[in-house]
Amino acid sequence: MSDQADTHRVWRVGADIDTDALAPGAYMKFGIEEIMRHCLQRVRPEFAGQVRPGDVLVAGPNFGIGSSREQAALALARLGVAAVIAPSFNGLFFRNAFNVGLLLLTCARAEVMAEGECIRLDPASGRISRTGPGPSELACEPVPPFLLDMVRAGGLLNVLKQRHTS
Amino acid sequence: MNQPQTLAQKLIAAACGRTAVTEGEIVTCAVDLAMFHDSSGPRRLQPMLEELGMPLWDKSRIVLVIDHYVPESDDESRRIVRIARDWAAEQRLPNVYDSVGISHVVVPQHGHIRPGMFCVGGDSHSPTGGAFGAYMFGIGSTEMLGVAVTGHIWVKVPRTLMMRWSGRLSAGVTAKDMMLHMIGRHGMNGGRYQAVEFCGEAVRALPMQERMTLSNMSAEFGAQVGLIAPDEITVDYLRLAGVTQPFDLPHWQSDAGADAERHEFDAGVLAPQVAAPHSPANARDVDQYAGTPVQVAYIGACTGAKLEDLRAAASILKGRRVADGLRLIVAPASRQDQEQAEREGLIQALRDAGGEMFPTACGACAGYGGSIPDGANVISTTARNFKGRMGSETAQVFLSSPYTAAASAVRGRISDPREFLS
Repeated sequence: MSDQADTHRVWRVGADIDTDALAPGAYMKFGIEEIMRHCLQRVRPEFAGQVRPGDVLVAGPNFGIGSSREQAALALARLGVAAVIAPSFNGLFFRNAFNVGLLLLTCARAEVMAEGECIRLDPASGRISRTGPGPSELACEPVPPFLLDMVRAGGLLNVLKQRHTS
Repeated sequence: MNQPQTLAQKLIAAACGRTAVTEGEIVTCAVDLAMFHDSSGPRRLQPMLEELGMPLWDKSRIVLVIDHYVPESDDESRRIVRIARDWAAEQRLPNVYDSVGISHVVVPQHGHIRPGMFCVGGDSHSPTGGAFGAYMFGIGSTEMLGVAVTGHIWVKVPRTLMMRWSGRLSAGVTAKDMMLHMIGRHGMNGGRYQAVEFCGEAVRALPMQERMTLSNMSAEFGAQVGLIAPDEITVDYLRLAGVTQPFDLPHWQSDAGADAERHEFDAGVLAPQVAAPHSPANARDVDQYAGTPVQVAYIGACTGAKLEDLRAAASILKGRRVADGLRLIVAPASRQDQEQAEREGLIQALRDAGGEMFPTACGACAGYGGSIPDGANVISTTARNFKGRMGSETAQVFLSSPYTAAASAVRGRISDPREFLS
């Protein structure tokens, strides 16, 4: 997870982004390296090629609807996306994201953030700081501490490893 | 005396060893059954299990279904299915169903899901198990790994959204229409990842496979689970599946006065529903889309090709032919359903009408079948119609019941099946 001193560049997408958009069914038989090259190609064809580690994705409501395929969240994590920020998430996608180490922030006013602006994140307090037009601070729903720990560990697999070896 | 509890609360309380739970609290539950398939299961779990070096927690509580990449069509699918088969053999898994149908239909048909259980599935349509009065929801592969080695999982106790359906459905109107209507009214996040419970006279009148369609599409409604309180219809189904244990039916009901958000629906006035591309939330009465030309009718998937669904389709198609140039594809949801449909003459009726029979697998629903041509208008009994979901980015997929898909196949345009039944 990013340090709160870091700034994060915003990529914007709309509402109802589904798991076929994040991990298209036609590529599901391949490994994650191939799937991530096609992540969001239907809505932002340039995304997978141009996203930089630490960037954040800001979306409309219902992000991650559809399949249980965790490659939808894993593709974003492996592309280096620091967080997805949206007014609401599909519940199954929400669980998958934390399990693969991807931070999600539920923020009612997420959509005031603009494409390309740079923001700062403080996941523990659920605050987003920004300098773009509109409010300078946005509040997010608090993330349960055990889920923040899971993101810091890099996902559930690492949590299980730590528990198993300790 | 405890506060009155909903069915969802009772199921979670039992799984976490408590007498009652409160909405919003996070609890850790013991899992009674973990189901996964060839796509979400072994190919993802095996490498992580090896990395972790931990054994499976309880093989008797694991069910593997090979349904996504069968029959194998290329080297990649052969590789995925081989991993599943080899791993099942190596682990000596006692419950494996290989190429006999779709997990959400096959697993209940073998009596694995029963009232009072707490279950997880490695697939988004796992809420299907809620039709049996079990708390069952979908999870991803990494979380399944956690269950596979610990036998436990966390849940946040949900609010219950009580969907009460009064009255009786008209002929030619089904559980699929009820669910599309609820999604059309409340949207794909109408369930807010809470617990939906379907109740009322119209729900109690449904046979088990129709109830399974309601619970199945709780996924499209955005709920964590879609529960139906068990009754004699549930027990009769399970007895036929070979389950002999007694059930405490009076306990597995929501208490009178339990706190819930309540919504009312009248089954008697419900028209057949059609959801236009590219979302189940675009569901409207069939007359809104009637006349739209279709080139393909797909009767398949866990949502739309069970025995009850094949009976519905055949009741329209028997003695009729599909429209010139229309392609009718039928992929029964399980081998058991297909065999019973053969005995009832349904398969012959569908073939005589011009239908092509496809394997009993997930197939084109998940874009694995490759049978949906680019640019086609498709009427489909599947659960979701996201752009590209069925494999083609340019196909326009309309969702409907098997009655409506069959009626539309006959006319070559979206049609109200009630015109064929009167």
